[in-house]
Amino acid sequence: MSLNRRHWLTAAGATVTSLWLAGCDKLATNSTFTGVLRVAEKWTYRAQRLVADRNALAAEFTPADISKDFKANGTLRPQDDEYTELMAGGFADYRLVVDGLVERPLELTLGQVRALPSRTQITRHDCVEGWSSIGKWKGARLSALLAQAKLKPEAKYIVFHCFDTLEQTLDGSGRYYESIDLVDAMHPQTILAYEMNDATLPVRHGYPLRLRVERQLGYKHAKYVMRIEAVSDFSQIGRGQGGFWPDRGYEWYAGI
Amino acid sequence: MAGKPTKVLVKRHALVTRLTHWLNVLVISLLLMSGLQIFNAHPALYWGAKSTFAEPWLAMTKEEIGDQPRGITTVGGLKFDTTGVLGWSGPEGMREQRGFPSWATVPSWRDLATGRNWHFFFAWLFVLNGFVYLAWGLLGGHLRKDLLPNRDQLAPGHILHEISTHARLKFAKGEEARRYNVIQKFTYLAVILVLLPTMVATGLCMSPGFNAAAPWLVDVFGGRQSARSIHFISAGLIVAFVVVHLVLVVLSGLWNNMRSMITGRYAIEVEGGRS
Repeated sequence: MSLNRRHWLTAAGATVTSLWLAGCDKLATNSTFTGVLRVAEKWTYRAQRLVADRNALAAEFTPADISKDFKANGTLRPQDDEYTELMAGGFADYRLVVDGLVERPLELTLGQVRALPSRTQITRHDCVEGWSSIGKWKGARLSALLAQAKLKPEAKYIVFHCFDTLEQTLDGSGRYYESIDLVDAMHPQTILAYEMNDATLPVRHGYPLRLRVERQLGYKHAKYVMRIEAVSDFSQIGRGQGGFWPDRGYEWYAGI
Repeated sequence: MAGKPTKVLVKRHALVTRLTHWLNVLVISLLLMSGLQIFNAHPALYWGAKSTFAEPWLAMTKEEIGDQPRGITTVGGLKFDTTGVLGWSGPEGMREQRGFPSWATVPSWRDLATGRNWHFFFAWLFVLNGFVYLAWGLLGGHLRKDLLPNRDQLAPGHILHEISTHARLKFAKGEEARRYNVIQKFTYLAVILVLLPTMVATGLCMSPGFNAAAPWLVDVFGGRQSARSIHFISAGLIVAFVVVHLVLVVLSGLWNNMRSMITGRYAIEVEGGRS
């Protein structure tokens, strides 16, 4: 190849590359373009709900598979007053509130939550960052809790309000919350875990109650749950996207 | 054998090939760059179902050596100083800890949420594009006629001959240039039927929803973290394929190749009188 031609090709390559990179960055901040890209989430959600067995169980593992180095992300110890005060009293005054579109709003002590039908499962926790850890969870079946509260027909989503503020904001939108649809809410593996690896759920993993919704990524598994609300839509909660991380650009449907 | 060779334009690439090819150029580039953005959220790889955080087989980290921050890439037990590219990169004075450098990711800054949005949108396009190509290639005979090696090409002597001419960068001329050579055919078939489907399958294994629906697939790859590793390695193989492909495109006649992939017409030289 002649020197001239090589120079020409190198220059053309460099120009195309820098235009390409600048173009991508520009598109990444363009709200119309990102809006178009986000239709993929709806395709994924619909495709999975359409094709996959809605009651299919996430894989379960053996005690030998349990991770000794299970990672914890997000809040590791809530500093919020409500939480620290309850902690000082050993959570004796804790009440799990179940309200919203239900016939019978509930306020349950931890003892009452533990008395609900439970399920124990050894499952893989997949973080949105890419890592996986395996843990054993025991908790109250969410379906049993919701059966007790009796969902109204217009209820479409279950919202989990948490104790922890993960980001300090002026409008209070930095408090953690998450939401799931009724397919996942009624799934047999969806539990409010109070035990991890045969011991009381550690604070860093969400004491006193942590949602396990095994067919979705880790950020859906809300920790430090204080209130469960049944809603018909979640546009009025937080910044309207259905969860702390969805409000910050992540998919609401994290089955992918 | 009389007369000078004449240049004739033969029809080489069908419209479907050309359209799906150029769409793939765009889509695979964006998948690669958004994929590296996603990788950067946890730039470490493991084998098995779960992460063994103390023992990744591949990791890109920042380490203080002396009192200088360095980018260190660990592969197996080996450590490499990759400062400026992997682990610790960016302009002097503004370096940051990141797996792959900003010029390799979409967007250039750290943004996992946006990287995922791009990756999943273009993954859908990639699958649809691949489906169109494969359906047309199987039904229309493109795979059988153009990519499956002909009987004579499978003779050991022929294969050895092709390897030796290929290694010396001698490209087929005349009548032989009407078809792909046997190494080309094997490579294209391996990429189309093995590498790209592996990419899709291991990608699907990253989805906890899909894993519940089809648990056997993630088992085929040896667990979710193995699937993630294979997804990464396959991406590397695609990059390697593209690099070799581009070099050969340039060396075997850039303009002729570009014309054929844009207009469909490829020039070959045939002996005079038989055009």
